[in-house]
Amino acid sequence: MENLLWLIPALPFLGALLLILFGTRLSRSLVAILGVGSVAVSAIITILLGIEFLQNRPEFYHQEVWQWFNVAGFTPSIAFHIDALSIVFVFVITFVGALIHFYATAYMADDQDYSRFFACMNLFVGSMLMLVMADNLLLLYLGWEGVGLCSYLLIGFWYKEPENGYAARKAFLITRVGDTAMAIGLFMLFQAFGTLHIQTILTEAPQAWSVGSQMAIIVALLLLGGAVGKSGQLPLQTWLPDAMAGPTPVSALIHAATMVTAGVYLIARMYVIFELAPLAQTIVAIVGAVTLLLAGFSALTQYDLKRVLAYSTISQIGYMFLALGVGAWSAGIFHFMIHGFFKALLFLCAGAIIMALHHEQDMRKMGGLRHKMPIVYWTFLIGAASLAALPLITAGFYSKDQILWYALAGENGSIWFYLAGLFGAFITSIYTFRMVFITFFGESKTHLEHPPGKVITIPLIILAILSLVGGFIELPHNFAHIILFSNLMAPVLPGIVANEVLAANEWMFQLIAAIVSLGGVFVAYLFYIKSPALLASIERSDFAMTLHRFWHSGWGFDALYDALIVRPYVFISRLNKRDFIDSFYTGLARMAEGFHVMFSETQNGVLRNYVAGIVVGAIMILTISLFL
Amino acid sequence: MTPAHMEAALLLAGVLFMLGLISVLIRRNIIFMLISVEIMLNAAGLAFIVAGSKWVQPDGQVMFIFILTMAAAEVSVGLALILQIYHQLKTLDSDAANLMKG
Repeated sequence: MENLLWLIPALPFLGALLLILFGTRLSRSLVAILGVGSVAVSAIITILLGIEFLQNRPEFYHQEVWQWFNVAGFTPSIAFHIDALSIVFVFVITFVGALIHFYATAYMADDQDYSRFFACMNLFVGSMLMLVMADNLLLLYLGWEGVGLCSYLLIGFWYKEPENGYAARKAFLITRVGDTAMAIGLFMLFQAFGTLHIQTILTEAPQAWSVGSQMAIIVALLLLGGAVGKSGQLPLQTWLPDAMAGPTPVSALIHAATMVTAGVYLIARMYVIFELAPLAQTIVAIVGAVTLLLAGFSALTQYDLKRVLAYSTISQIGYMFLALGVGAWSAGIFHFMIHGFFKALLFLCAGAIIMALHHEQDMRKMGGLRHKMPIVYWTFLIGAASLAALPLITAGFYSKDQILWYALAGENGSIWFYLAGLFGAFITSIYTFRMVFITFFGESKTHLEHPPGKVITIPLIILAILSLVGGFIELPHNFAHIILFSNLMAPVLPGIVANEVLAANEWMFQLIAAIVSLGGVFVAYLFYIKSPALLASIERSDFAMTLHRFWHSGWGFDALYDALIVRPYVFISRLNKRDFIDSFYTGLARMAEGFHVMFSETQNGVLRNYVAGIVVGAIMILTISLFL
Repeated sequence: MTPAHMEAALLLAGVLFMLGLISVLIRRNIIFMLISVEIMLNAAGLAFIVAGSKWVQPDGQVMFIFILTMAAAEVSVGLALILQIYHQLKTLDSDAANLMKG
């Protein structure tokens, strides 16, 4: 099995290559078979590999395919390294990816660029797999940039709308800010260790750097910069809501389930560096906590179904960052996996609704869909319950509860992180059920165009089941001793010890979390079903309207960046419109042109002038040679 | 050859050369320009002869024979060109033959 590692990323790449080269000439069904098949086979290989991995429990699988290049002793390889951490990511990417590809065959059925879509999607899956399987940071960076490129291509997939192209460029540029920080971090790591091989760095770093050393902090912060950019965290989160311009399967796969969690992967992968830099790790937690609150408030005010989900993605990744920041590594990765299931589910449901309503995304124009699309309703409800972390039955409860618990009781936890997380959970549950109530309840406002077919509903049902039962592989200590997930992670990521005084009362905090989450549902029910008049009266006040506008625009970050960066930049570039340095080179060209005009005058066809020229020249040369 | 004779002969060559040069510059008729060029050539040849007799070497006279040969070839080509110019332009005015401007 170990020898088949390379096939996992190679198959999607092969699919992408074939689709790029021959896609336009192939029939639609063949394109679908190639596009879905390549990822599905990868998923099957991953599952087989995962079963073998769970049975044998090796520390890692490793396969070196070939040496990439060799420059002055720097020899990165195309080599794959799979341990428990990567296998979770590979599983989510290939499995959820395959489901989404399958779904997309129906969603994109009427699109004329069918093969381009699947080519980009396959390329994305391949790059993402390379990112999480890479055994050195350079290969990881290649995958990192690859997913950035695919994100750009797919956000701007419907490029005929100028706004989509704008959103694509915005996503590309803003993530580029983070990528640059990360690249500098990689340079510094290479300077310090002379290699980018991840395992070598992880073993050597504790010897080379002491805890809290300046180098470690700088490198950790630079890596955090990259992670923040890719994962849509503060302060580089503004691209993610606009990224919803792409087709819905893209939003589900790239901007919810997989790519945006690359930052989480990076931090978890390089956890040693972060443990050596407690300051940076605290900043990770703070970034997570602040982001999850800001994005939660913004999600409350959105009317576009996909934008609500986008903000909720930012918020949930904030939870993951919070978990990583307090040292609950395994809890963060666990939430990643569960989030991958339910967020993909929610996006695919949203896609089914959008498709059924003729590409209508405004929730205010939906309503009463409960009876018209029962399967979508029930699966969406399951996804929403998981997102809102409704207690006991949903997977989201178990993963989020773990994060909240360690945010309080972990070694690096604090009451503030806990309160932020708890309040975030409250908001999450309000905006989630606001979405459910507006969309599926109330009176029907639109006519249903295409009821979703089997290709749409099968992935929904599979993901819904996973969103429910996925949580049972890791239960809180006081429920039952089932800790399969943290056992799996134990060889790779350090465990976390809970504060013993608090641990005695763990049930109390679980009760609080449960009450908060149910309370959010109740608030949403109160405002959107029971007495909408109450909400309307609040919304009419000036303060509420201002706040609404502010949150709706995502806390004004776009305007802030526009004023702080874009406008000064445009101003400076306008000042320097006639490129200052370039004027030297234009001057050279002008001078040459001037001489050309001057000398071409002398070639006037009059023989006598030529003779006179020769004579004058001869006299000058003679004079010079006489006097020198 | 005595030094006095040599100076006079070189002066003669110089004067001849300048005469030829000036008439190349001021004449408009191409045939006269060709003749002037011949005068300049002969002036140069005279200088070679003088130098050869000064150092008592045969090289000067050898060079003069070369110049004569070259002059004959040049005149034949030159006359052919002049014929062509006359054919094309119906005039021998060199200023009219200014079609190859830069």
